[in-house]
Amino acid sequence: MKIATMRNEAEGRRVMQHASGDKRFKILEVFMKKYQFRQDSLIEILHKAQELFGYLDDDLLLFVSYKLKLPPSRVYGVATFYHFFTLKPQGKHTCVVCLGTACYVKGADKVMSAIEAELKIKAGETTPDKNISLLTARCIGACGIAPAVVYDGTVSPRATPEGVLKTIKQWTES
Amino acid sequence: MILGELNQLRDREIQSRKKITLRCCMAAGCVSSNSKGVFEALQKAVAESGLGNEVEVRGVGCMRLCCEGPLVSVNQDGAEDSLHVRVTSENAASILAYLKGGKARTTRVDAGMPFFKKQMSIVLSNSGIIDPERIESYIAVGGYSALHEALHEMTPAEVVSMMVQSGLRGRGGAGFPTGLKWDTVAKSPGVAKYVICNADEGDPGAFMDRSVLESDPHRVLEGMSIAAYAVGASQGFIYVRAEYPLAIARLQQAIKQSKQFGLLGAGIFDSQFCFNIDIRIGAGAFVCGEETALMASVEGKRGTPRPRPPFPAESGLWGYPTLINNVETFANVAPICRHGAAWFASIGTARSKGTKVFALAGKIKNTGLIEVPMGTTLRTIVEDMGGGAPEGGRIKAVQTGGPSGGCIPVEHLDTPVDYDSLSQLGSIMGSGGMIVMDDGTSMVEIARYFMEFCMDESCGKCIPCRAGTVQMHRLLDRIARGQATAAHLARLEELCEMVKSTSLCGLGQTAPNPTLSTLRFFRGEYEALLQPEMPGNEECLAGVSGQVS
Repeated sequence: MKIATMRNEAEGRRVMQHASGDKRFKILEVFMKKYQFRQDSLIEILHKAQELFGYLDDDLLLFVSYKLKLPPSRVYGVATFYHFFTLKPQGKHTCVVCLGTACYVKGADKVMSAIEAELKIKAGETTPDKNISLLTARCIGACGIAPAVVYDGTVSPRATPEGVLKTIKQWTES
Repeated sequence: MILGELNQLRDREIQSRKKITLRCCMAAGCVSSNSKGVFEALQKAVAESGLGNEVEVRGVGCMRLCCEGPLVSVNQDGAEDSLHVRVTSENAASILAYLKGGKARTTRVDAGMPFFKKQMSIVLSNSGIIDPERIESYIAVGGYSALHEALHEMTPAEVVSMMVQSGLRGRGGAGFPTGLKWDTVAKSPGVAKYVICNADEGDPGAFMDRSVLESDPHRVLEGMSIAAYAVGASQGFIYVRAEYPLAIARLQQAIKQSKQFGLLGAGIFDSQFCFNIDIRIGAGAFVCGEETALMASVEGKRGTPRPRPPFPAESGLWGYPTLINNVETFANVAPICRHGAAWFASIGTARSKGTKVFALAGKIKNTGLIEVPMGTTLRTIVEDMGGGAPEGGRIKAVQTGGPSGGCIPVEHLDTPVDYDSLSQLGSIMGSGGMIVMDDGTSMVEIARYFMEFCMDESCGKCIPCRAGTVQMHRLLDRIARGQATAAHLARLEELCEMVKSTSLCGLGQTAPNPTLSTLRFFRGEYEALLQPEMPGNEECLAGVSGQVS
């Protein structure tokens, strides 16, 4: 990990900072401070880290473990246990297809196979040009408007293979 | 805050009401159909027409008929006048023309249709009526008066005994008597105690908790506060799924407002009672709905369950006595306080009291939220309220309880919905997801789908669940692909029983339920896919020995 030891002149004590100088580490640290660097806030902090960086790489996980004084194994263990955390960079756009029961019986599997055929990637993968990531969700609670697809964080109701491909085409062409 | 201030707030809010209210649904389902645009269009239209003194546009929570969203309800002088469905930002303004006696260009549905008429609202009584983003709106309908009553007119023991008498059972699925749980926590010695609200609604096909949190967050906070007073806790947590961003935002806002009004924090209602609530956001693990796994997750660890006993009521979060209840259970607390235990116990059946909220979805005309008294038959729910299968299809089965439940065939539609009747049919009440399936749905596919779900979600701590779900999924997959024999089916049933009886937590213990219940009622569908056992069919028979590869 690229941690640099710096002297905080004002307070006269040593402080640890991330050597990259990336401001997002500073933001993350302020967030951790809000939680008083409590070890039980690990999941909250990983949420914030993923929000800032898009994914959790080894360096970032080491930074969190260092700051919370937790063994890296614990941080890595938590990051890999929960589906919400991703350790790989995501594409520019994300397309999440809900595969909850209600969406499934209403044909979400057909929507899914249409996208897989169009983009030539499987669920959980990103296109080689890093443009689109295709993800699945277990249930986003939008069962009343099934099947639901989430484009870049916006839920879209009553998806059909044709409608989804139209949006995907807009992304690939732009 | 004292009672006088609360009443003053209530009166002021009631006085500020206008003659006509346009309620626009702002819950997640309608928001994704652009109800925000509709809301803005309505506000703009009201401002332009100069009716600002008479008409109020209010963003409200779920109005239940999710399939027809965005919904706008027009209310004049306190009575519902009309319900407009599939409103767009273009035709929203015509609702105002309708108010003036003109013609609305929107579609209207009959608010007296069975979908609405057969409902009975306790948990959802404010949903679709109050503005979930304003605490004053909740106070105006009597909110927080139950907390005041509990704090000043009842002892903690009296609150617990009221819950026992009400007969309320946990709405998370298992149906454990709530009063008994509160009593155990109250009696457990501990320097600290915790209250946790389980809002990790992981069952695919269930969205009741999401709707309650989005539509009426203060009701849950009030319920938790009363619970904390009864058991002697001073810190609460709400564990909510990351998949529900709107519910999280509304909860955060509700907690902030409660703190501002002195309804959370120190010395609530001028009493000795102190209570704080923090939100913990889940990270997409189904097993975290299990209480011991949930507590591990609140502590910032991997969400793996541990053996019980000790039960959380004795040794829970960080080893302290902990009360864990579902969102809907907490949502029932304030009404019980206000109307009394006897009132609540008079609703429902002998062993299941009160109402239950269901999320009706799947192959059915009217999808959305319904709240019915316990003991209502499935037929009433599916055929009368849900309107039956769309486009001439025929209903085949109703799935309840998600991956832990089972499929109830159409022959058993006259079963009353209560904890005991459903478990007799090999299903469970579950948290309230109800998915209707028609002729086009293959039951073997559904069993495979749920097994795949459990396989993915198994935390891996105990072997029966970790390895068993993988093997059961392989067998189901083989059957679905038509590459299995009767021996495979026998092996599958054997594995189901084994995993059911030996798994550590509820996930593994109930993972075989969808398979077992479809085998019980739709065995023919499995058998139709089987291949005959004969020499030369070795490829088919491979794998029966059950080796792991």
